[in-house]
Amino acid sequence: MELLKLENITVSFTFPEGTVTVLDNINFTVNERDFLALLGPSGSGKSTLLRIIAGLIKPNKGKVYFKGEEIKDINPGVAMVFQNFALFPWLTVLENVELGLKAKGLPPEERRKKATKAIDLIGLDGFENAYPKELSGGMRQRVGFARALVMEPDILLLDEPFSALDVLTAENLRNDLIELWIEKRIPTKAIILVTHSIEEAVYMADRIILLSKDPGRIIKEIRIDLPHWRDKKSQEFLEIVDEIYSTLTGKPLEKILWKEKRHIQIPEASVGSITGLVELVNDLEGKADIYKLGEELLMDVEDLLPIVEACELLGFAEVKEGDLILTEAGKKFAEADVLERKEIFKTLAIEKVPFLKQIVKVLQSKSNHKVPRAFFLDLLRKNLTPKEAERQLDTLIDWGRYAELFEYDDDKDELYLPETSELINLYSEA
Amino acid sequence: MPRLIWSPVKYRKFSIGDIIILLFIGSIIYSIATLNTIYSKPTQQIDLDLSPLKLPLYAIFSLIRMIFAYIISLIFTIVYAYAAAYKKNLEKILIPLLDIFQSIPVLSFLPPVFMAVISLFPGSKIGLEITSIILIFTGQVWNMVFSFYQSLISIPRDLREAAKLLKLNPWQRFWNLELPYAAIGLIWNSMMSWAGGWFFLMACEMFTLTNQNFVLPGIGSYLSFSAIKGDLTKIFYGLFTLIIVIILLDKLVWRPLLAWGQKFKIEFIQDEETYESRVLLWYRRSRIFEFIKNHISDPLKERLNQFFVRYYTEKVLKTQNTPISPKIFNIIVSTFIGLLILRGAFGLLNLLIKLPISAWIEIINAGILTLLRVSLAVIIALLWTLPLGVKIGMNPKLSKIFQPIVQIVASIPATAIFPVIVMYLLNLPGGLNLASIILMLLGTQWYLLFNIIAGGMSIPKDLIEVAKLLKLNRKEQWKILILPSILPYLVTGGITAMGGAFNASIVSEYIEFQNKVIKIKGLGALITEASSTGNNALLAGSTITMAIMVVTINRLFWKRLFKKSEELLS
Repeated sequence: MELLKLENITVSFTFPEGTVTVLDNINFTVNERDFLALLGPSGSGKSTLLRIIAGLIKPNKGKVYFKGEEIKDINPGVAMVFQNFALFPWLTVLENVELGLKAKGLPPEERRKKATKAIDLIGLDGFENAYPKELSGGMRQRVGFARALVMEPDILLLDEPFSALDVLTAENLRNDLIELWIEKRIPTKAIILVTHSIEEAVYMADRIILLSKDPGRIIKEIRIDLPHWRDKKSQEFLEIVDEIYSTLTGKPLEKILWKEKRHIQIPEASVGSITGLVELVNDLEGKADIYKLGEELLMDVEDLLPIVEACELLGFAEVKEGDLILTEAGKKFAEADVLERKEIFKTLAIEKVPFLKQIVKVLQSKSNHKVPRAFFLDLLRKNLTPKEAERQLDTLIDWGRYAELFEYDDDKDELYLPETSELINLYSEA
Repeated sequence: MPRLIWSPVKYRKFSIGDIIILLFIGSIIYSIATLNTIYSKPTQQIDLDLSPLKLPLYAIFSLIRMIFAYIISLIFTIVYAYAAAYKKNLEKILIPLLDIFQSIPVLSFLPPVFMAVISLFPGSKIGLEITSIILIFTGQVWNMVFSFYQSLISIPRDLREAAKLLKLNPWQRFWNLELPYAAIGLIWNSMMSWAGGWFFLMACEMFTLTNQNFVLPGIGSYLSFSAIKGDLTKIFYGLFTLIIVIILLDKLVWRPLLAWGQKFKIEFIQDEETYESRVLLWYRRSRIFEFIKNHISDPLKERLNQFFVRYYTEKVLKTQNTPISPKIFNIIVSTFIGLLILRGAFGLLNLLIKLPISAWIEIINAGILTLLRVSLAVIIALLWTLPLGVKIGMNPKLSKIFQPIVQIVASIPATAIFPVIVMYLLNLPGGLNLASIILMLLGTQWYLLFNIIAGGMSIPKDLIEVAKLLKLNRKEQWKILILPSILPYLVTGGITAMGGAFNASIVSEYIEFQNKVIKIKGLGALITEASSTGNNALLAGSTITMAIMVVTINRLFWKRLFKKSEELLS
């Protein structure tokens, strides 16, 4: 049975500089027994979408229907769990949970009965008279769940409810919620979960709607037919995760194209972030799951991927089945001291990045060892847009400076070889 | 004593808390009964029994007036701040208006209030009481409004959303979200307001209007009267009583309230600053409180809740049928307020036209003199509060010792000691000038001190350590670390202190002492004199001048400084 229907939802904000579209023409329906996840990078408007469903925000265009009726005020069939709990700190656990029932005008005994039941259900018994500030983060969010569940909503809205919790607590609470859901111990008819964690969505939901950012649009809808409890290490699970990963990044992880393109372009990652990632993976015994890394580092896919690609290009690491595995060179680099690192980086950079080699060659051939930036920019522009060329050259200069291949004078906008340095023998290692 | 803490609730004995409550209720009943006999006797207009034995009774009379004024203040605060926070078009008028109201000294409210009240209660003592209460109210309400308004507009978004999704109606939202969120600010500002109330109590319990003297029995009038007679012993008796009342209030009301207010802290992080109160524990164990809670307040709350749930569900149904009604209501309210303002402006204009040019010149001259005195008072206050406040604020041990002491000292109204100061300074050249500055200083330096202490406490510990490691000398420390950090606090304190000093000029530039009127040229003296002789045109002219001066100084000087400090810190 259809519970909720979104029709052409569009939200935009107008600034003096122009209009920003947050959500662009969103359509979907939610049926009974749906556990739907709204997944997208930050800025994809997924939290805004949840608030539109709740009736807290009015869309500029489009309509929300609950059980066939258009929502004009607060949606009568929903309750929400917030990212930062949104508990009233001056009310005890019991009072927080009772508040919504009190608003309905229920008499005290009935309130108490229902609230106590919800508290027991979510595993908070014994804490009825505690204030939220006396509880740990996980327990606080349990109060948040109890407060929502006691209202017996048709649709439970979850706004990144696990993201403010530590890993173990979050996992615990996720499992408790799934248990309540699949064993039908709560009368909730549908759940909508907003999250930026691919793994969380695949672990919990039956349907995932992928949102893009700027503007937020639905890119894809994925059904997950794996039965609960799902095994995060299983082949099917990882395949879905990878599929979502590739959809969100626009390219499949396993087939990175840098190898063919590298004479043209290097990934835009600073030496600092490359070093950081190699060190981190080395600390994790030389192997790490990329999407988990992204989550732990709180980095968007778009930001993490260039660093991974740079590591791969330089031969510090390899990507296999969504894992980043350090090579021997990578391990050596991670454990080296500062000077050794520069040496390793220099060797590999010259070997793997032809354009760097080209820069050094040009500099060496000039009698004063100085070449203006514009010269290399022109070279790069043959294959790239002007903006891309600028960013590309900045990255190349960053790498070259670190490897002490050349220097850069920002005031004069020119690349030069330091006077004291010996001429680098470019062909020894090749 | 700690054993008591573990005593199970069921076996509660009659506690000290109960005794305190009973004493309080008993004394109020007794004094109201007595007040009636005092008033029913045909007394001469200006007379007051100065026997020290009467002092406890007078203290209670004053206390009752203060309580009534405070209750009116609370109601006004809620209504005004609500309108300003939730009606966007009213906000634009109400908030600047508040700035102006705050800069008007209490005595300027006297003639209009008096006329309005007396016309409602002609020739009755009740009218006088109400006038006095409203005067106290005008002295204490504004900062409470500001505080509540600030709280209302800064309630976190997710709490508001949670309240909406739980479908709390306005009544429930007020008690479960808005009032608790605003509670701590409101408690602090109530304390400030009470201090302000005591400060102007002498002026509010004994005043002259159109050359007629009015006295209301109370501790303020006792002090005024003793001053007029020049009876130093009596002044000390009065002062002593007043200090006891203030200390008792602090221990029995404000400290417990502050300790209780802890539960309204919004951050989930444990704060270093905690307020403890043994008295609160007494109250919590009190049988009377428990009885009231179980048999009166809880059932009442439940009834009210049920009533409002029904009321609002019916209202929602009604407004769905007639969606125009809130709009019409809005228009009516806005028009009413608009007309009221228009009427006031018209009346004011009418008065101001009557003022000759010479009077305006006098007003402006007086204004400059008062401005000089106020500036001098603020500068002197800064000179000592800045180093001391920073020292106390940056040292947690010192602040733990000094904060409570300073708070008590600060709440003793300087107006009460003023006659004594005047007596010693009167014969010096420029004596009253000096005395006037001293009174302004005594009345307002505390705002600066409190804010500077808070500023000192806000300096991050790691920055202090860095400054030590870098071996910055004193001058550099002040320039690089301390001044930039405390500047916003300094500005807040400065605004309050300067406004307060202007207001205090009405009692510091014009006093009655030993049956003589002693005054110096100044805006405050002008206001007091105009009010007592019934020269309403002069009163309006000088009041407006003072309001304009205060608001201009705030806008042109303090707020700019504030902006600068914000830029510096961001």
